[in-house]
Amino acid sequence: MTGAGSWSLSESDYRRISKHLTELLRESDARCAMVVDRTGQLLATVGEALSFDPTVFASLTAADFSANDELAKMIGEPEFASLFHQGEKESMYLADVGRRLILVVLFDQRTTVGLVRLRVKQTVQDLLQLLNEMFGRQSHGQPESQKRGLLEGAEDEIDKLFDD
Amino acid sequence: MSMISYASREINCKLVYYGPGLGGKTTNLEHVYSKVAPEKRGKMVSLATETERTLFFDFLPVDLGTIRGFKTRFHMYTVPGQVYYNASRKLILKGVDGLVFVADSQMDRMEANVESMQNLYDNMAEYGYDVAKIPFVIQYNKRDLPNAAPISELQQQLNPGWEVADSAKQRETTDSLNKGEWLITQVDGTWIQRAPYVESIAIHGVGVFETLKHVAKLVLKALS
Repeated sequence: MTGAGSWSLSESDYRRISKHLTELLRESDARCAMVVDRTGQLLATVGEALSFDPTVFASLTAADFSANDELAKMIGEPEFASLFHQGEKESMYLADVGRRLILVVLFDQRTTVGLVRLRVKQTVQDLLQLLNEMFGRQSHGQPESQKRGLLEGAEDEIDKLFDD
Repeated sequence: MSMISYASREINCKLVYYGPGLGGKTTNLEHVYSKVAPEKRGKMVSLATETERTLFFDFLPVDLGTIRGFKTRFHMYTVPGQVYYNASRKLILKGVDGLVFVADSQMDRMEANVESMQNLYDNMAEYGYDVAKIPFVIQYNKRDLPNAAPISELQQQLNPGWEVADSAKQRETTDSLNKGEWLITQVDGTWIQRAPYVESIAIHGVGVFETLKHVAKLVLKALS
């Protein structure tokens, strides 16, 4: 691979991710759940409206996970598959999904970290299955063809966008 | 790694500003932040030390317009320039779609520039990425300073070019940003390609948007 490549998130995959997150919230009593990719892009968010910039939050989440991955390696662990940040009122639980995505759950005193951890395990499995299907399709060319359809022949439009 | 979301109708791309410490990477982002309308950009985050040296990264998301009904969102990152922050610097390169190398034009920073450029190649190679094959723009910053090295010398040290193996690309290509300069040419019978460059005075905003637009354009064209 010479560059980072690209991938597409279809509307149906987005709906399926959102459905899994909604189930997670219902079963865990958490406030909000989101899925972020390892490069810091936000894929989906479900639950209470956020009072902060989700794009910034997603980038910090990915950086947090990356930094902790390196720390894990330093102490002889292949990775930390999950991270827990405990606050006085609000807490966060982060879990790795197939080394490609991060599941982030925000919760408060209405629930416990034990319950969140338990429910997250199932959601990680559901998302893993979805992820395998998504990237399985990608290797068979479907999203690639969507991508070509989107930007094919867009050179002039791209030039125009950046002309002063 | 760029992501096209059909759900939110966005094309998300990651740009990384690399280069030696105190070269002007953060200043580039600060200028973009100050000039872009608030509805077209997100919050700027700087993970810096108390003395305002970048510790982990700066981050700024900006919308640069719409293509085919999709918003083009560029996530701009800087890396910490100081040599001893290499572990965190490398992490930021993960999934990069476009690179800007901000060089400090001052003569006495030449060694730091060369070292940082070598470090960029090394860190990219560790991810299996090839600098020669991804959208890459070099920005020669601080052009207003009296001890700024001539462009020819900076080009020779930092942007000598790499061999073009792909025969389809082996044709004379001029640099649209710099009259009289080439991007692809033959040197002693070998086809050589180098990165486009922009001269800048980032602290006054000179060359900042030119750099951003150019690398963003290259990133989108790489997707088309």
